[in-house]
Amino acid sequence: MDPQSLLCYSDFEWWIKPTGQMRVPAIIYADKQLISDMDEKVREQLINVAALPGIQRAAYAMPDAHWGYGFPIGGVAAFDPNEGGVISAGGVGFDISCGVRALQTTLTANDLEAQKEELAEALFKGVPAGVGSTGAIRLNEQEMDDMLCGGAQWAVEQGYGNPADLDRTEERGRAIGAQPECVSREAKKRQCEEMGTLGSGNHYLEVQRVAQIFDAVAAEAMGLHENDIVVSIHCGSRGLGHQVGTDYLKSMVVQGYRPIPDRELACAPIHSELGQHYLGAMRAATNCALANRQIITHLVRGAFHQILPDVKLTLLYDVSHNTCKIEKHSVDGGHRELFVHRKGATRAFGPGHPDLPTSLQAVGQPVLIGGTMGTESYILAGTKQSEKLAFSSACHGAGRAMSRTQATHRWQGRQIIEELRNRGVLIRTRSIRGVAEEAPGAYKDVNAVAAAAEQANLARRVARLVPIICVKG
Amino acid sequence: MANEANAGITVYKGSGNKPVGPPIERKMARWEHFSHGSDIGVRGIGRSVEEAFEQVAVALTAAVADVTAIEQQEKIEVHCEAPDMELLLVSWLNAIIYEMAVRKMLFGAFRIVLAGCSLTGTLAGERVDPERHRVAVEAKGATVTELKVTCDQDGQWLAQCVIDV
Repeated sequence: MDPQSLLCYSDFEWWIKPTGQMRVPAIIYADKQLISDMDEKVREQLINVAALPGIQRAAYAMPDAHWGYGFPIGGVAAFDPNEGGVISAGGVGFDISCGVRALQTTLTANDLEAQKEELAEALFKGVPAGVGSTGAIRLNEQEMDDMLCGGAQWAVEQGYGNPADLDRTEERGRAIGAQPECVSREAKKRQCEEMGTLGSGNHYLEVQRVAQIFDAVAAEAMGLHENDIVVSIHCGSRGLGHQVGTDYLKSMVVQGYRPIPDRELACAPIHSELGQHYLGAMRAATNCALANRQIITHLVRGAFHQILPDVKLTLLYDVSHNTCKIEKHSVDGGHRELFVHRKGATRAFGPGHPDLPTSLQAVGQPVLIGGTMGTESYILAGTKQSEKLAFSSACHGAGRAMSRTQATHRWQGRQIIEELRNRGVLIRTRSIRGVAEEAPGAYKDVNAVAAAAEQANLARRVARLVPIICVKG
Repeated sequence: MANEANAGITVYKGSGNKPVGPPIERKMARWEHFSHGSDIGVRGIGRSVEEAFEQVAVALTAAVADVTAIEQQEKIEVHCEAPDMELLLVSWLNAIIYEMAVRKMLFGAFRIVLAGCSLTGTLAGERVDPERHRVAVEAKGATVTELKVTCDQDGQWLAQCVIDV
């Protein structure tokens, strides 16, 4: 995207003023280089989103924005149902409530070095990953509905993890208002064998080392110190969420709100039968994702304890980055309940927000930014300013710099695994081709994305993490 | 990435586990992948809309795995309907994705019969073997992004969309 085509409000805030059908401006938070590297489609999609009814303040793009489905990935848009606001399946994404959770451990990098290989094997065996993988849990119809209503709370009740985990999960691990009856039989069938599975593509399980602390106070509050070992899990709502996205995208294209500039913006008024059904199904899929990450946490703990029986793993935080949540925000001097879509964007509540656990009140919500298996990941903290800037939102990852096809032409999976091994990073995967597609070089520079998020005041950097073991989906 | 039809893929008529009759020769038909930021575009090209739909299905499988390594051990029949041909393409690809997901299978050969905007498809394949099939990534769903079903002046059909992976 040509930065010249935007109005430069500051070095990290770029505007498209409303013209034509746009009801609000579009605002991109990024530095000039990240803007230059963004696909022109981001601009086109933001302009389209800004034209949807009921949109509030602006259509936003985060520093990692790229071409998505109707809405850009890295996009944030909030709608007021009382002003005709809409909900969009594409604005949430196919992998509903895909997200990242980070676990602190009682280990330092030195403690792990001698048993790194053994731990990599235990994690690879213990957590099903990749195309066609299945989990050990089978749910009957009633249990499936219970899981879809209960999310991570249901998983903890079944013995997967501890009640304390819920304190560090958005919405205490359960999306209220889930309606399993709005989830198709096909979606439930697709989930039958997939509870506790990681998935594939950019999903991963990583053991990471805290390489750098940026904000000592926030890091202390989060229990992070240099050389600590952290575990990050990136995955979502698996087959059920994908099928809910598929089912409702089609329904919204056929029966949804008109007129829209493009089919891929398919949406439905929040105050409509279709809109309400999608909300009920989306919240059920959100609970599926939360339960899935909770079960995987249990599997990860089990794998660690096989090798290192005394280690403790506590949940630092769990964030979803494909969501639509009801939140109270300030608009035109008053507080309103808005439906905030975050597609490839992370909620980033600032210090003092009532939804944060007491232990994080002083520092703000942890924002977990996934990197690639060869580069860094980041933990950031939400800022107070982010509420006014982008409804308390920040970026979610590095974002791809090149397509999967280009990546497989450029890199060999085995070569990448060998190179990373030489750098001390162990990769475990069932898909060598998948490693090539997910080559670190195929992604944008996550350091630049995290720095831009901080410079734009969306969130501030707390810690930089580097991978030690990566189980690739 | 592009491939000629029948280069390592044989499309058979009939049903049941064994091929019936000779392979169908469709030399003009082919599939391609095209770039989309984080996901993958699939395109089928053929002398009829049926051929284009069959080829785009091969492109879908090729995004997931090595399509040439898939044996036709089992056949599955699917039905779908939509208000127009473009949405029928999305429904067709989503029907394949669904069968892949619930059966843990990969399909390497496809045959469809169209009746207006209603489709009956036969998928031939086998249970997924991650190593032998060189699997890369799961398909989550077919989207309406870059969705097109067109016929050019030479009578060549094109069917395409982006797959979320």
